[in-house]
Amino acid sequence: MTNRLFVPLAIVTAAMFAYAPFMILGAPYESTMGLVQKIFYFHASAGMTLFAAAAVSGIGSALFLFTRKPWADRMAVSGAELASIIGLVVLVTGPLWARKAWGVWWQWDARLTSTLVMWLIFNAYLLLRKYGGPGSDRLAAAVALFGMANVPFVYWSVNVWRTLHPKTSVIPSLQPGMRGPFWFCVLAFLLLFTLVLIVRMGLEHRRAELDELYLALED
Amino acid sequence: MTTLKRFATAVLMSLLLLAPLRAQQPPQTPQQPPPKPAAQDEFVPVNAPVSPQDAMPAPRLVAIAYGFIWLVFFGYLASVKMRLSKVEKEIDVVSRRAGSGSRRP
Repeated sequence: MTNRLFVPLAIVTAAMFAYAPFMILGAPYESTMGLVQKIFYFHASAGMTLFAAAAVSGIGSALFLFTRKPWADRMAVSGAELASIIGLVVLVTGPLWARKAWGVWWQWDARLTSTLVMWLIFNAYLLLRKYGGPGSDRLAAAVALFGMANVPFVYWSVNVWRTLHPKTSVIPSLQPGMRGPFWFCVLAFLLLFTLVLIVRMGLEHRRAELDELYLALED
Repeated sequence: MTTLKRFATAVLMSLLLLAPLRAQQPPQTPQQPPPKPAAQDEFVPVNAPVSPQDAMPAPRLVAIAYGFIWLVFFGYLASVKMRLSKVEKEIDVVSRRAGSGSRRP
């Protein structure tokens, strides 16, 4: 089922990413920020995908901790790696937008700092998996749960604390000219995330097979 | 007392001399209105960039942002592909070794 759907989905995603820049170019300028606000279409979409990746890693880790199913662990590792990659995109594109909109690259406010902390948690997860030795899978799973628990704080931080970052109200209040391109980009990012997650889990699956082969050879 | 009187006279004279200078200062230009802060609650669309100066550095920042996203995406895909082909090769080698009955070095 997954294999049959993979190629058509990949084609749809590639087409969406090819068309997205044209939609973004056609979207109206924002009255206070001008052209630089167009970073929003990929930055916010990547932010939403980061939440999805954190959730996938956290849920996978929880399932692994309770059921010890290897596929849950593979899901957790793949989600964490994607959270690290997408987090990097969010943390680089955000300051590029901020430099023009706020006049500074970085502000130690609640949204930016909590996003950085979440990104560091998933990097800690990956480092623990790589260098932690035996038993690090369970320890890392607990770390991923903390990473997932951070998601609601990151999301609500702009509404609770004083910050320069746009509030969550900008998304539901988007005008029709901006709403279409934005949700189009979100869908493209989520599709891409799903496809890359499948590929990355496939890599973990092959690694597990290799380990089994080595064990069989030892016996 | 005389010293105090002399000091007070000097201060008064200085003030009188400086007063016209202050009056001759060019009239201050009307203060520029402070720039509007970046929108936080709602994005208000307009049809053109806010000002021509504003449009100058923004394209570079937008181009860097979008370029970076593509770079990271293709870099990551290449990294996954490389790791996958490495594992596949190793599986091939180990399978052959298992088939011939030899042990791991």
